[in-house]
Amino acid sequence: MATKKNNTVKLQFDSSRNLAPALESKSVAKIADQYDLFINGKFEKPSSKKYFNTINPANEEKLSSVAEANSADVNKAVVAARNAYEKVWKKTSAKERSKYIYRIARMIQERARELAVIETLDGGKPIRESRDFDVPTAANHFFYYAGWADKLEYAFPNRKPQSLGVAGQIIPWNFPLLMAAWKIAPALATGNTVVLKPAETTPLTALKLAEIIQEADLPPGVVNIITGAGATGAALVNHPDINKIAFTGSTDVGKIIQKAIAGTNKKATLELGGKAANIIFDDAPLDQAVEGVINGIFFNQGHVCCAGSRLFVQESVYKIVLQKLKDRMESLIVGNPLDKNTDIGAINSKQQLDVINKYLKIGQQEGAEMFQSSCNIPKKGFYCRPTIFTNVAQSNRIAQEEIFGPVLAIQTFRTEDEAIEKANNTPFGLSAGVWTDKGSKIFNMTSKLRAGVIWANTYNKFDPTSPFGGYKESGFGREGGMHGLEGYLTV
Amino acid sequence: MAEIKTIPDFSLTPRIDQVGIEERASRFTKRSIKNETKIKGLKLALNMIDLTTLEGKDTDGKVKQLCYKACHLHDAYPGLPSVAAVCVYPSMVAVAKKALGDSGIKVASVATAFPSGQSTRDVKLRDTKFAINQGADEIDMVISRGKFHQGEYNFVFDEIAAIKEACGEARLKVILETGELGSYDKVRRASDIAMYAGADFIKTSTGKISPAATMPVTLVMLEAIRDFYYKTGKKIAMKPAGGISKAKLALHYLVMLNEVLGEEWMNNEWFRFGASSLANDILMQLMKQKTGVYQSADYFALD
Repeated sequence: MATKKNNTVKLQFDSSRNLAPALESKSVAKIADQYDLFINGKFEKPSSKKYFNTINPANEEKLSSVAEANSADVNKAVVAARNAYEKVWKKTSAKERSKYIYRIARMIQERARELAVIETLDGGKPIRESRDFDVPTAANHFFYYAGWADKLEYAFPNRKPQSLGVAGQIIPWNFPLLMAAWKIAPALATGNTVVLKPAETTPLTALKLAEIIQEADLPPGVVNIITGAGATGAALVNHPDINKIAFTGSTDVGKIIQKAIAGTNKKATLELGGKAANIIFDDAPLDQAVEGVINGIFFNQGHVCCAGSRLFVQESVYKIVLQKLKDRMESLIVGNPLDKNTDIGAINSKQQLDVINKYLKIGQQEGAEMFQSSCNIPKKGFYCRPTIFTNVAQSNRIAQEEIFGPVLAIQTFRTEDEAIEKANNTPFGLSAGVWTDKGSKIFNMTSKLRAGVIWANTYNKFDPTSPFGGYKESGFGREGGMHGLEGYLTV
Repeated sequence: MAEIKTIPDFSLTPRIDQVGIEERASRFTKRSIKNETKIKGLKLALNMIDLTTLEGKDTDGKVKQLCYKACHLHDAYPGLPSVAAVCVYPSMVAVAKKALGDSGIKVASVATAFPSGQSTRDVKLRDTKFAINQGADEIDMVISRGKFHQGEYNFVFDEIAAIKEACGEARLKVILETGELGSYDKVRRASDIAMYAGADFIKTSTGKISPAATMPVTLVMLEAIRDFYYKTGKKIAMKPAGGISKAKLALHYLVMLNEVLGEEWMNNEWFRFGASSLANDILMQLMKQKTGVYQSADYFALD
């Protein structure tokens, strides 16, 4: 009787999704028709003479074309970085370094709106996120590391921390500007010079950052930004005059990089994939836990390496959590990323949408039950409805492999031990979430979960002061916080 | 009408995470409400107002003026809805009832030794019955916060049930006075007690205590209503009161309502604003949408 009643109880959210458009203006975003490579403080034509297009994934329209760096261009950038390191940056006092970094932070803040709009146009993420998260957090990373530049000896007492030289940095397409900030800010603070390659689908904000760096009068060659696809990245990784590789991206590419630098002196930090477990106990504040699950998997369309893509719910609250989750999903607004009300924007690329759709098929073939929000999605552009799978087994591919999209695999558990065992039963170990009202349970779980970042009663919270990084195949090395300095120093 | 089979143990009501609920509440304020959605929302908010005067200095004349305003919010803007109800002390119910006539606007009366509730059950029942006999359509009662803090949940429950019985056909709003409860956990617990004891509405505040309604407190209560609905299939109405004086904030509340309980609650049967100065700010915003310019506050009647 009670269950029958539950089935008839249905909340309606159509009107909450159909708000009048509230579009952020594109007029602040000045995007040139063509971008060259930023080498030695100047924008230079690529010796490859090739350019590739970058499009807006929300409507598939071309935004700009961007230079493709070949190995000669990579070499030019590395030589510029080496010269800048030996002749200028190494000799620049820590206090001066910190002034430059502060200046970049301030200029990011001044141009926050422009950067947010371009981030949304190029990558498809909702303007609310690029405006309230990506750009401010990027500026905060520069501010934070500016403060460390002249305090390195306090970070590593009784050592003499030394910079490494030239850092080759390769960043992904999910948080283009923020990842650039994560990489560049600590490298500069520790006295290294940089060659950075943004992802080929989202190069524009990194190039805007190049403009800011140029305007900030950073000595030429200290930061070089070159664009291109996998081959450009490979040329950078294999360049003999690189001292350190910092990579954020897929585990597969991470493995290739590690093989490539084996036997060399290159230091590395790798921040790779994840398949994080979000664990809800029956004593958790359930509505807030559901909100945490929503933030965990649907933030940035699920294109987050630490996304909470596996959900474990204690059996006794499974039904109610599922009901709340489905109703919450119905109120999510999917659509034009430039609309200030959009919760879930466009999938970053056609290629990634194909990957996600492939996993949706796999999940159904594996016998899992799929639920998607009933919202409409735009006809043009790359979109995916928020999706959850129930009846999932540990052996299902959707529970094992990183999908990197708005797709959640839900399982149940009975005891703490079972939750820990299942959560750890993955080659990844980047992050996890624990939801319970009981403090002792939080400490027990966090000490037994093998993940670099564990959130308790919250999810996807980032701060420049907090280190971030993985266990196992999620990579090694930490970025952010005092720990983030270490990857760029010999101590 | 759905029946309630079991009364839960109120000491075990769901816990609320303070950081999480406040974060969620602030997320609603990020919604950008424009153009036709804004006009629709403003008119709806106007239609949800319980226009209130609860002063020791209230007179027949003052209440009559308020009632006229309730029916004629701003005649310069044709086609405006009226407010939902006029809320007064029991002694003013008859005056209000007569002044509102057949306008369809309800008369709500506070009762039960409002606002402190510090009196005997007998006095509270007689207070309620007096208001009902005078013609009140709705009763706004206060819970015994002292007993609640002492853990006497059965006392609080029984009192609400007794008042509900005395209300007869009138709808009962149960004021939790959240500003005196001290935590979101307790707001949730009081909400559950009120709903299981027979409340038709749960209401945040008397307006006499600060803080009055806030978005996180209202969210806790809306989620309690949702859980109750999931469990019993019975809808409960919500009334935040006090502290909502700006149109923009009212729109944030409506966004919250719409995304937590959905469109079935988006009318004045299931949601009210307890407010006195909100109406004029909404009117000002509506005129701005219509004419493109803000008008002086002097163009809007103060009743």
